[in-house]
Amino acid sequence: MSDDSSNPSLYAAREPVFPRRVSGRFRTLKWWIMGITLGIYYLTPWLRWDRGPNLPDQAVLVDLAGRRFYFFWIEIWPHEFYFVAGLLIMAGLGLFLFTSALGRVWCGYTCPQTVWTDLFILTERWIEGDRNARVKLWNAPMSLRKLRLRLTKFAVWALIGLATGGAWVFYFADAPTLARDLVTLSAHPVAYSSIAILTGTTILFGGIAREQVCIYMCPWPRIQAAMMDPDTITVAYREWRGEPRGKGKREREVPADAQAAGPQIGGRVPHIPLPGMPSGVGGPVSRTSDLGDCIDCNACVNVCPMGIDIRDGQQLACITCALCIDACDDVMEKIGKPKGLIGYLALTDEMAERDGAEPRPIWRHVLRPRTILYTALWSLVGIGLVVALFVRTDIDVNVAPIRNPQFVTLADGTIRNAYDVRLRNKHGEDRPFRISVKGDLALRVSLEGTVYDSVTVPANETLLQRVYVEAPRASDPAAMERTGFRFWIEDLANGERVWNDSVFHGRDE
Amino acid sequence: MSTEEKKNAEGFGTTGHVWDEDLEEWNNPLPRWWVWTFYATIAWGLIYTIAYPAWPLVERATGGFLGYSSRAEVAEQIGAVAERNAGITERLANVELAALADDSELQTFAVNAGAAVFRTHCSQCHGAGAAGVAASGYPNLLDNAWLWGGSIDEIAYTVRHGIRNEQSLDSHWSEMTAFDEILSDEEIAQVVNYVLAISGQEHDAPLAEPGETVYLDNCAACHGDAGEGIRDFGAPALNDAIWLYGGSAETIEETVRYSRFGVMPAWAEEFRGAAGLSDAEINAVAAYVHQLGGGE
Repeated sequence: MSDDSSNPSLYAAREPVFPRRVSGRFRTLKWWIMGITLGIYYLTPWLRWDRGPNLPDQAVLVDLAGRRFYFFWIEIWPHEFYFVAGLLIMAGLGLFLFTSALGRVWCGYTCPQTVWTDLFILTERWIEGDRNARVKLWNAPMSLRKLRLRLTKFAVWALIGLATGGAWVFYFADAPTLARDLVTLSAHPVAYSSIAILTGTTILFGGIAREQVCIYMCPWPRIQAAMMDPDTITVAYREWRGEPRGKGKREREVPADAQAAGPQIGGRVPHIPLPGMPSGVGGPVSRTSDLGDCIDCNACVNVCPMGIDIRDGQQLACITCALCIDACDDVMEKIGKPKGLIGYLALTDEMAERDGAEPRPIWRHVLRPRTILYTALWSLVGIGLVVALFVRTDIDVNVAPIRNPQFVTLADGTIRNAYDVRLRNKHGEDRPFRISVKGDLALRVSLEGTVYDSVTVPANETLLQRVYVEAPRASDPAAMERTGFRFWIEDLANGERVWNDSVFHGRDE
Repeated sequence: MSTEEKKNAEGFGTTGHVWDEDLEEWNNPLPRWWVWTFYATIAWGLIYTIAYPAWPLVERATGGFLGYSSRAEVAEQIGAVAERNAGITERLANVELAALADDSELQTFAVNAGAAVFRTHCSQCHGAGAAGVAASGYPNLLDNAWLWGGSIDEIAYTVRHGIRNEQSLDSHWSEMTAFDEILSDEEIAQVVNYVLAISGQEHDAPLAEPGETVYLDNCAACHGDAGEGIRDFGAPALNDAIWLYGGSAETIEETVRYSRFGVMPAWAEEFRGAAGLSDAEINAVAAYVHQLGGGE
């Protein structure tokens, strides 16, 4: 460490990425997915859902203050949070399933980071032009035009960020009311600060950081390795077909725009070359005869939003967005070669193809014990949640025996136990509930604060009711240590009944 | 960025570190923003420890130039809650207690506030569950037997003035006679068995029979002819299943011989100053105790 000049920097500046416009079937698919996912995100809070009186009419609403989550016809109370946990488990298993079958298909198509980055790149292209123009603008000194384009771009980005953060807060309050409050500057400060923070992070992550988020912040690229195996279908370069790459005598046939290579970017992340693959990028190759199909036009590199070269092989920075497939297919079509120099393939097929064999059908890759197991687990959790959703009763009762003290002796020797019974009324109107006990005939029930055997729970609320159960001095439950019995709670409005088992403590003689 | 990177055989940059003559480390540089973020977190941490209480010194930690104190924040929050509840607290202080149950909002507020008062000031003797301490003279507040009355107004009076104390001239007061030197051993054995008899416990019938005379002559004036107790004197019922100091023959004999003298402080502010309970707090704790199961 004594000689500074021999020490390279351990930190590198971000090398800007200027993805070129590309069209093709995967790009089209990605446009559709972007439209649908963004549409869902921005429009969902505005869907209405009639739940009756005293309940919000927003289809999807996270009511933090009221401790409720409304999702169309489903209403989740805090004690039912296991539904959310179940959904998260399903999301995790689903990610495992898709990754083991199709690689990082989540990253490439549906991850919010990818979708928003795509949107930001799209607006950047509209304002500043396609790749070559953007590279030129980047290298140009600051001028009035450059300033104007930069300011326009950031203004549009700010609007996108504002819309993103703005849509987020609508999930937590009645959207039309909040929108009116926001405009009239009468909304809660938390709403404004949430929008401000999310606007900032949206611009930062989608507009500025982009691929840095995937490469350096996201844990998923690290975990994916455990989910993938040689049968996983992923985006790859058919190196056996493409190499040795070179322009050779086909140079004339290559369209001009495909050659707009620009500065060589990416490849900064070191990779271990596959056996038989020339190390380094674009090294000197023989231009005499046996050139592969790759004409080294760099189209795949130029369209890559991650700034990498797929020809280096599978790498951590590849999100499998498949844009290089579209770009390469385009070139292959123009030079009259079969498509698929870059395409979706599995490592096992790569080996087979190298030996001249046919690739196995896709379903052989997708239907494997591993994916079947993931699907089974995923379905199991899903079925469990659906069953739990349908068997849950509208009456919800919790019985907590009061154990300090376990029992009270009354003047005439009667033994009394007390229970905190929490009744939940999930309906939009007040409901009377009758509480009774079944078990030992000697047990009698009474309610604190009322002489009646029923109690009214206000609409959409819980009520904590102390319930006394008494056994006369000479009865069995009064003398025994424990006597099991059952609370019956009946909704007097519709006759629905639920039970809850508990224990009566006696003198233990 | 340094352009002096050494290249190894495969053409990758190395850090320049060499171990064991030829063991080199590839250089895979971190993004520069990453290291700046790292420096920023250090700066943030330093500023934070200057802005907020942090560095421990001999006497106490540095205060921080923002003057933040979690204790002051709690006090502020408590003050804010008290201010928000000022209206209903005022209502509670002046409410006609007997009619409290008609006002469900005030009743709910009173019971919850009373539970806090109870835990703070009453649970030391009466227990967190209000069951008292069995056979130790701290009454169970859950049952339906009351020495001085179990209506909500009577409970509030007892809380306010206490029992057998010097603080409030209006505290409940009575004193049981110690019969150790008044009655003979035989008479004491007789009256103890009589009390066992009327409370439905095992007893010596031949002893209990003459015990009735002893009882009527010496005890009935306060405890009633049938042993039903008289609340004016705070004299407990002897013919029921509830015993303040225990219902065994030995304990009853101890009570007869030496008597008992249970006390309770007067809790009102007028007797205890700032440490006492306000009118609203007294009403609240009375409402809480009243709904524990024994209220009359």
